[in-house]
Amino acid sequence: MKNNIYLPYVMTIDRIIEEAPGVRTFRLKFKDKEEENAFSFRAGQFAEYSAFGEGECTFCIASSPTRKEYIECTFRKAGRVTSGLERLEEGATMGFRGPFGNFFPIEEWKGKNLLFVAGGIALPPMRCVIWNILDRRDEFGDITIVYGAKSENDLVYKQELKEWGERSDVRLVTTVDPGGETPSWKGEVGFVPSILEKTAPSSANSIAVVCGPPVMIKFSFPVLEKLGFADDCIYTTLENRMKCGVGKCGRCNIGKYYVCKDGPVFTKKQLNDLPSEY
Amino acid sequence: MKRYIIEKSKVNEWLKQIIKSTERVLAPVKDGEKVYFRPITSPQETDYDSVTTTESAKETVFPRTETLFRFKTEGKDTTLSEVSAESYPQTVLWRARPCDAVGFLPLDAIFNWDYKDNIYNLRRAKLTIVSFSCNTSDSCCFCTSVGGGPGNTEGTDILVTLLNDERALAEVVTEKGEKLISLCPTLFKAVESDEDKSSALAKISSRFTSEQVQEHLKNAFDSSIWKQQSARCIGCGACAFVCPTCACFDIQDDKCGRDGKRIRCWDSCGFSLFTKHTSGYNPRPEQSMRWRQRLLHKFSYMPDRIKVLGCTGCGRCSRACPVDMNIAEHLYSIANYNHEK
Repeated sequence: MKNNIYLPYVMTIDRIIEEAPGVRTFRLKFKDKEEENAFSFRAGQFAEYSAFGEGECTFCIASSPTRKEYIECTFRKAGRVTSGLERLEEGATMGFRGPFGNFFPIEEWKGKNLLFVAGGIALPPMRCVIWNILDRRDEFGDITIVYGAKSENDLVYKQELKEWGERSDVRLVTTVDPGGETPSWKGEVGFVPSILEKTAPSSANSIAVVCGPPVMIKFSFPVLEKLGFADDCIYTTLENRMKCGVGKCGRCNIGKYYVCKDGPVFTKKQLNDLPSEY
Repeated sequence: MKRYIIEKSKVNEWLKQIIKSTERVLAPVKDGEKVYFRPITSPQETDYDSVTTTESAKETVFPRTETLFRFKTEGKDTTLSEVSAESYPQTVLWRARPCDAVGFLPLDAIFNWDYKDNIYNLRRAKLTIVSFSCNTSDSCCFCTSVGGGPGNTEGTDILVTLLNDERALAEVVTEKGEKLISLCPTLFKAVESDEDKSSALAKISSRFTSEQVQEHLKNAFDSSIWKQQSARCIGCGACAFVCPTCACFDIQDDKCGRDGKRIRCWDSCGFSLFTKHTSGYNPRPEQSMRWRQRLLHKFSYMPDRIKVLGCTGCGRCSRACPVDMNIAEHLYSIANYNHEK
């Protein structure tokens, strides 16, 4: 059949990285060289990943489009499909269908300061943008990253956090929820919105990208407003439940907008006009 | 549009030819108190008495489970294979109703508005619809309130109207329809003049217009009407399963040993799990929100996004509802209700 939109690419799991308890990163490579060469995506787009026999689930692509030789995804084992993925070993085959949805307009951000605010397992979608920006570092202004998780152990990409923290051209602030720290913890202690307020990044010529659990987003928006970020300078990526990823299955809509087609990237200004169904 | 006259007594002869020359003919078949579109092998199996079938005709192009592809696992390796296009049968849908025929238009729009769903399109291309005008209706019918009618030709390939004398009028809308006429050229006599079929049609009065409903829905998201209307909804999803235009689906894997298939199956926005996140968070936690989604999707989002109404007025949802929610009554009250507050 020509162009079966449900047929995934067949990928090999090249590498598995344990990020945090229950959280893994898979590095995937195309089995078919022609498919790999024809493939491209933009930072912020998502895909459907499958463990054959268990089903498909939706994550943003966690690697940067500037790293062309592989695709990475990071997921927490939480349901049937992610448990199925977790059972796969290096060298195993899995499915990848995408890229879908819109993307962060990073070409419009050239010359601007960038603030990234992320919580827990929501760093992966943002990591794609961060590496995309860092691989083109001189095109952008100051970069600030505020990232928090429940506990020190729950922070993902620990090696990369270390790397970003050591860079002089990145300001990285990491935090853990009260009680989540160990005696040797050198970062902040507190919830992301309050640490964001304490960090007080300037809103002048700046773009903020916020990604995290709904409650973190809810309390981070007023802080950004207080800091002077206009609603059309605040971006987030929504993760409504999806099946098809291509605007057919009917479950990710917020009012008349489909997260899979019109999103997943929205500005706060756009969200203001949407019904509260996300 | 070409028009032909055929003697009513010859219609079965024509159907016999169609059965002979088509892989699959689906027609209304009685099963106890219910009527379903089922494959027939002789014209006599067809039920001509029912107002509509219990379930809609969407299953001809959107089966309740559809194989999207198959997979085979060997060690760490998995290979995929597709369903061959030949396995979708050439189908004639016989004695559909005008509300069945027009229901294929929203499905066409959903499966093609952006990405093209070629599994759907292959099935659709192999379908020819012969609808019959309604000479009878019941209290759940409301096609005339949503732009349809008992003699509507929209979406069909041929519309047959059993006239009040010994004749039937066949209005041929498409090439596919013309092909079925050409199976029995001697049975049909082309007519030039407009044969008036209106006296042979059921009288279904219009109680509201879809434009009225759409206008009122613009500010209705936070209306209290959704709670009132859905208070007794049990979220069973029967309305969605019998609906000719409901096309929401789930995708699941079905595996046995090393072989398996990825399937899509019917789903419904009325189910509480439909939008529930893995975390347990649900953007539509209450039944009233899910009922609101159902009506807004059909009467507001679909017209807005894909320029087609998601309702044909067939009334199946009202007939199927185990707690007697009547959608026409709900739409009537929406069209006559002030939602500003």
